[in-house]
Amino acid sequence: MFESSLKQLGDALRANKISSVELTQSYLDRITRHNPALNAFITLNPEMSLAQARAADARIAAGKADALTGIPIAQKDIFCAKGWLTTCGSKMLHNFVSPYDAHVISQFNNAGAINLGKTNMDEFAMGSSNETSHYGAVKNPWDTTRVPGGSSGGTAAAVAARLCAAATGTDTGGSIRQPAALCGISGLKPTYGVCSRYGMIAFASSLDQAGPMGRSAEDLALMLNVMAGFDERDSTSLQRDKEDYARDLNKPLTGLRIGLPKEFFAEGMGSDVAKAVEAAIAEYKKLGATIVDISLPNSKLSVPVYYVLAPAEASSNLSRFDGVRYGYRAPEYSDLADMYEKSRAQGFGAEVKRRIMIGTYVLSHGYYDAYYLQAQKIRRLIAQDFTEAYKQCDVIMGPTSPSTAFKLGEKGDDPVQMYLSDIYTIAVNLAGLPGMSIPCGFGANDMPVGLQIIGNYFDEARMLNVAHQFQQATDWHSRAPKL
Amino acid sequence: MQWEIVIGLEVHTQLSTNTKIFSGASTAFGAEPNTQADAVSIALPGVLPVLNKGAVERAIKFGLATGSHIANRSVFARKNYFYPDLPKGYQISQFDLPVVGQGALTIQVEPLSGNAKPYEKTVRITRAHLEEDAGKSMHGDFHGMTGIDLNRAGTPLLEIVSEPDMVSAAEAVAYAKALHTLVRWIGISDGNMQEGSFRCDVNVSVRKPGQPLGTRREIKNLNSFKFMQQAIDYEVQWQIDTIENGGKVHQATILFNPDTGETRAMRSKEDAHDYRYFPDPDLLPLEISPEWIEQMRATLPELPQAKQARYVNDLGLSAYDASVLTSSREMADFFEAALGNAIGQAKICANWIIGEVSAQLNRDGLDMTQCPITAQQLGGMLQRIADNTISNSGAKEVFRTMWAEGGEADAIIEAKGLKQVSDSGAIEALVDEIIAANADKVAEYRSGKDKLFGFFVGLAMKASKGKANPAQLNDILKKKLEG
Repeated sequence: MFESSLKQLGDALRANKISSVELTQSYLDRITRHNPALNAFITLNPEMSLAQARAADARIAAGKADALTGIPIAQKDIFCAKGWLTTCGSKMLHNFVSPYDAHVISQFNNAGAINLGKTNMDEFAMGSSNETSHYGAVKNPWDTTRVPGGSSGGTAAAVAARLCAAATGTDTGGSIRQPAALCGISGLKPTYGVCSRYGMIAFASSLDQAGPMGRSAEDLALMLNVMAGFDERDSTSLQRDKEDYARDLNKPLTGLRIGLPKEFFAEGMGSDVAKAVEAAIAEYKKLGATIVDISLPNSKLSVPVYYVLAPAEASSNLSRFDGVRYGYRAPEYSDLADMYEKSRAQGFGAEVKRRIMIGTYVLSHGYYDAYYLQAQKIRRLIAQDFTEAYKQCDVIMGPTSPSTAFKLGEKGDDPVQMYLSDIYTIAVNLAGLPGMSIPCGFGANDMPVGLQIIGNYFDEARMLNVAHQFQQATDWHSRAPKL
Repeated sequence: MQWEIVIGLEVHTQLSTNTKIFSGASTAFGAEPNTQADAVSIALPGVLPVLNKGAVERAIKFGLATGSHIANRSVFARKNYFYPDLPKGYQISQFDLPVVGQGALTIQVEPLSGNAKPYEKTVRITRAHLEEDAGKSMHGDFHGMTGIDLNRAGTPLLEIVSEPDMVSAAEAVAYAKALHTLVRWIGISDGNMQEGSFRCDVNVSVRKPGQPLGTRREIKNLNSFKFMQQAIDYEVQWQIDTIENGGKVHQATILFNPDTGETRAMRSKEDAHDYRYFPDPDLLPLEISPEWIEQMRATLPELPQAKQARYVNDLGLSAYDASVLTSSREMADFFEAALGNAIGQAKICANWIIGEVSAQLNRDGLDMTQCPITAQQLGGMLQRIADNTISNSGAKEVFRTMWAEGGEADAIIEAKGLKQVSDSGAIEALVDEIIAANADKVAEYRSGKDKLFGFFVGLAMKASKGKANPAQLNDILKKKLEG
């Protein structure tokens, strides 16, 4: 049952082979057994989950089930869910029970899916190892001395360990794709604007995008069908016709042009990662694809550009956490300024404070032009590189992460080394393009390697097709860690 | 040696939308604290702003009414600072790309010093931008704590910035009044100053003629024209005294205390915030099409200046009368409606509205919309003056009755027997009788004692019980006396 695809689970539920209550309880039991070793969840609320499951069973009995009705889905703790503690991995929101649902959450609720629990994450989604969470590091199910990646590390670990059928993540600079790669699962960051950001606690508004994480491309397609959609409460949400992201899964790949950016296959990538990625490319050739050498000359600037723009937006987005209206307030303070200083000093962790300081600095009078404006200009150049590249190819492929999962604590005191974990993923966010990661083998220490697939704008259905065909020909995605 | 005064204004006018600028919460004044504070108003984690189109439409109308440039693309920016009544930790405002650019407003200035004549002046408008208001901090009644009311947070404001074109308190007040008239005239604000819907910040500096601009101090939040004048007068004198006593004016933000009539510094330039403005990534750039602008133009009423010109050129009114009648749209509407019932009687109509009607309204503490006499009723009465049915003194009685008891002029004239005698036969008979009865006085008159004419008029009027048509009476009397 824990290896079943979303489609198989849906079929079983609709055929009354299993009830949603039974399925939900089975997952809750499995979480009780395995989560202590992984720390993938921050909050469980079996009563609320099972109440949803009972409602789903009634809906199924009434013959009104949709694809995901009755299926337990875990939610990254960045999504506000009514009645649920929503912490964003921070002490700052240790007591924040959301009075409303994020758009993504209500989409799942409307589909009759079960909210199985809230998954652990880097504090305010700032991190690449899930070690910045106030609720403790998440462990990689393949090796619990290693990180799961981040910031959606709890989700990646939960999916890899089969603690949920599928789950949500968010991706600002690689936070879906990098943990998916490090945990050997599939994850998709859609085109910016496909999923509403309403109710998704903001890190860097112009880069943040929600997306599905699961065990196969087929599962991701069913998830995205629920998550995507216009929402008038998010001005950056795109008004487009509803589409079925599973529609092209079974198309053959004959004639597919895969672009390989020379900048992604240069120094910096581990040899074990290179080997797995190259093998995957070879597999694609067998499936009928042709290879095109391309160049993304400005992509090397994406990390510095990102670390100007994302902290700039974050420094402002996180100003609302001031201890005045909700969340953490220091127990003792002498006056207003002291209350702000102590509440924020005690409520935020080191990485969040570092980024608030960087962001405040780059927006300051006298530095704005040199940093923020300059970074915005380079951001446009980076996007133009992709536009040029897509004149020659249909999808772009490369590694998701330069290495496999590293040891817990290994990069803890070197933020720049940590930031370089996202060197291949960040440009995609800067350009607003869709990107995904699928498992493509194992590297050093038998840790999973991810293949990154970058599509053109709104090309999610094609990317899922490209990933699904690979997963029909290989079994990397169905490998499970021994718990 | 003379000092020159330099004044520029920043006016915050609250726009008359039913809902807030970035959310659907109500903007009605006077509700219980925090009952109009929705998720966006209190800045819950994850919420996003959505622009209220009605606020943009009002800004466009203002731009059109002042002949200002209207940007086809403008940008919302975040102004970052911490304060408890600023829930997001930033205010959404506009910085380098406001909706409304350069324009101008022509005003009538009435100098305060006795003999100087009213004159016309054009004040240049620098820009007008949209922004959200903050909430209110409430001190007292909270046991040493501060209460926060976020009902006002997110209320739409148009901040109208002038060039430093004004050289006296009289000019500043005239400009502020003209602006106040205009925003109500075009229906973009209720202009209620007690409720804070129209607040003025006044920048004041002094210099010797020919010298560069002096250092300015900004008087914040003036919400009455009287206070504005007092504050400017006090501040100008303070700056002159300071400099003449060898001191220096330092840039500062100051407050006016109406109880003492003095200004005092609130914060100096050293305390000035670095607001770290940057484009709000949650809102797309605002695009305003030429079609939208034309649509708005079609909804604009005839503007005060155009009306003034028409009153002078077409109706033959004095510039002064025209400017008084257009001091509010209600008064102009009243005038035009009254004129509709008294065709061709613009001058009499203006005199009555500016004189008798305004005086009575003033006495009873009413405004134009509460006038107990309708414009049509007044016009009906004026028509009876024009066609000689009643004399001016008769009209005053009709007016008094109408004011107190209502009713149409004709009915009152009839009931009170106020119809004046215009029958020349009857007047001649009356005059003959008087001449016969006062032969001695007639002889005196005829021998050159012209002053006696008034004596005869008085007798005749008395004999007619005040109903004789005065002009006719004069003619006949003159003819007969000169016999």
